[in-house]
Amino acid sequence: MTGALETFLHEVRESLSMALISLRTNKLRSILTLLGIAVGVFSIIGVMTAMGVLISSIQNGMTFLGANTFQVQRTSPMMTGDINERLKMMNRRRITYEQAVQVKEFASLAKAVGIFCYLESPKVVIAEGGKKTNPSISVSGREIESFLANNWTIDNGRLFSQSELNSGNHVAILGADVVTKLYPKTDPIGQTIKVDGHKYQVIGTVQSRGSVLGGGDESFVLIPLSTFFGIYGKNQEFSFKVQADALAIDDCMEQVRGILRAVRHVPPGEEDDFAIISNDSLITQFSEFTKYLRLGIIIVSSIALLAAGVGIMNIMLVSVTERTREIGIRKAVGARKNHIMTQFILEAILISQLGGIIGIILGILGGNLLAVVMNTTAVIPMDWVLIGFLTCSVVGVVFGVYPAWKAANLDPIESLRYE
Amino acid sequence: MDNSVVINLKEIKKIYDMGGAEEVQALRGVSVEIHKNEYVAIMGPSGSGKSTLMNIIGCLDTPSSGLYEFNGVNVSEMNDNQLAKVRNKEIGFVFQTFNLLARSDALHNVELPLIYAGVTSGERKRLAREALNHVGLGDRVHHKPNELSGGQRQRVAVARALVNRPSILLADEPTGNLDSKTGDEIMILFEELHHQGNTIILVTHEEYIAEHAHRIIRVRDGMVETDERVDKRKTVTTV
Ligand SMILES: Nc1ncnc2c1ncn2[C@@H]1O[C@H](COP(=O)(O)OP(=O)(O)OP(=O)(O)O)[C@@H](O)[C@H]1O
Ligand SMILES: [Mg+2]
Repeated sequence: MTGALETFLHEVRESLSMALISLRTNKLRSILTLLGIAVGVFSIIGVMTAMGVLISSIQNGMTFLGANTFQVQRTSPMMTGDINERLKMMNRRRITYEQAVQVKEFASLAKAVGIFCYLESPKVVIAEGGKKTNPSISVSGREIESFLANNWTIDNGRLFSQSELNSGNHVAILGADVVTKLYPKTDPIGQTIKVDGHKYQVIGTVQSRGSVLGGGDESFVLIPLSTFFGIYGKNQEFSFKVQADALAIDDCMEQVRGILRAVRHVPPGEEDDFAIISNDSLITQFSEFTKYLRLGIIIVSSIALLAAGVGIMNIMLVSVTERTREIGIRKAVGARKNHIMTQFILEAILISQLGGIIGIILGILGGNLLAVVMNTTAVIPMDWVLIGFLTCSVVGVVFGVYPAWKAANLDPIESLRYE
Repeated sequence: MDNSVVINLKEIKKIYDMGGAEEVQALRGVSVEIHKNEYVAIMGPSGSGKSTLMNIIGCLDTPSSGLYEFNGVNVSEMNDNQLAKVRNKEIGFVFQTFNLLARSDALHNVELPLIYAGVTSGERKRLAREALNHVGLGDRVHHKPNELSGGQRQRVAVARALVNRPSILLADEPTGNLDSKTGDEIMILFEELHHQGNTIILVTHEEYIAEHAHRIIRVRDGMVETDERVDKRKTVTTV
């Protein structure tokens, strides 16, 4: 029994080394063949790696939310589902300032709760010299807790002082995009800006953390919440961000949900009339959102792999014809059908696996370009690497079988005479 | 000594259908018995059917009609794997056109039969080198066929045929491209093989090569013309 296994392993090893030799002797042809496979695998792995980078950056709290934070607002950000769900969500009541304050007061598990409020539409910011931004700057009133919960650090100037927060001074802290647009060379601190007809003095800037998906999220102006109230009144839609201890985040979320349901008088059994956005919920929504994209990529890559497989078959058939004499010689000195068959199938598998490996490497590199751009950690999607590798092995077998069978069944003497 | 019949050909015909009414009768009823440890030379003019006969004896080609028994077994009843095994273990074949793997070096060419015999890599390399040394190509093991002279290629082909120590050696003009000195060296090898009890069948055009044999079969137009014993064999043991 072990003898038979040994013989089998021995034969596989021999076929493998012969397949390698013949791949090396037919370099150009092998390279052209494996290119097709590489492209197919590259597209799958590249996209999956890029997705992995986005998901991991959400997980690491580098994008939307700081670590151990969640946000509570009226509607969820990425809206999917049917139109009725969406209409129902649009009709939800606002979260009022009073409701937010009550949560802040009673949420004992929260480390910090930062209430904030956005102006309904983005604005133009004008600097003293007349320099303007695009009308794409979000303006929000903030409490001091927002900075902790958002992981914002001040790289120039200072935070709002307690007196500014209390008395509603016209001071502002700028996001990195606003700074680069208005003050590419000068120091923004102490400058005056005009937003929506009101003047503010710049007292600080928030450190850039690299733009996600082409930026936009650092185009903001922050003013004290009290200042916001002074200008626009308290009758607004509010959201708040909560920071919890790493271990207590789930409990904290439940507590906040309970309080908010109570103050908004949501009857038991009814679903929440507000949204709690955590990194987990973002990832779920992100996956949901990109489902069709991934499906599309899988279909496109499958077609590419199919085409590559047909290419392999084609090239293997040419190879069998070209190597008819070689096959004849091998048979003449005692090669059995299964020897020839194994050799040619292994060649097909090796070509496609080599192509697969190249595709995987390029895909991981390509997908992680996003990580470089976003300044986050690189990702290797092991599951997809495995799937990609197995898929191209299967492609090799499936499309290698027929040429190999043809080779194995050649007549020895006819093959030897073949010119 | 065991004197059994190893090769028994009865009324072997080989007809090539060239399409239409045309056909080539390469063999027209050949009946020959060859015993163990015989040393047979096949002679005959070009196109008389010698190579065709050798291919049939070597289990590479199948006759159009007639019976071929190899070691008492009807070859037409053997399956592909059995034929492969016979070609691998029992027969060493030196082809008229060498039939070497063009892109592999001499060593790989010679070890090829051993690969299919399941010999381990190290042992294979050793045996292949030994066989190449035997034919005087110890310093050419890593040369590819196109980097060798015609005679050297022929010697690689001989080394390959001998490497698996076949009980029957079939050699189709093994000295055709060699000068008489190298030719004689090959003949010494064959002589040794014969002394070890092996059967040798060789095709040649040259009388002085045929004189090494026990028996000379002359073929003409696909038929055996004469089949006679050689009484005064020429033996070479040194050059
Ligand atoms: N595949 C083939 N198709 C058609 N005719 C063939 C084929 N192979 C050989 N023949 C014919 O069969 C005859 C015998 O050929 P064979 O090769 O056996 O000759 P030979 O005696 O070995 O000649 P040489 O001494 O030149 O090698 C020749 O007339 C040849 O044309
Ligand atoms: Mg011939």
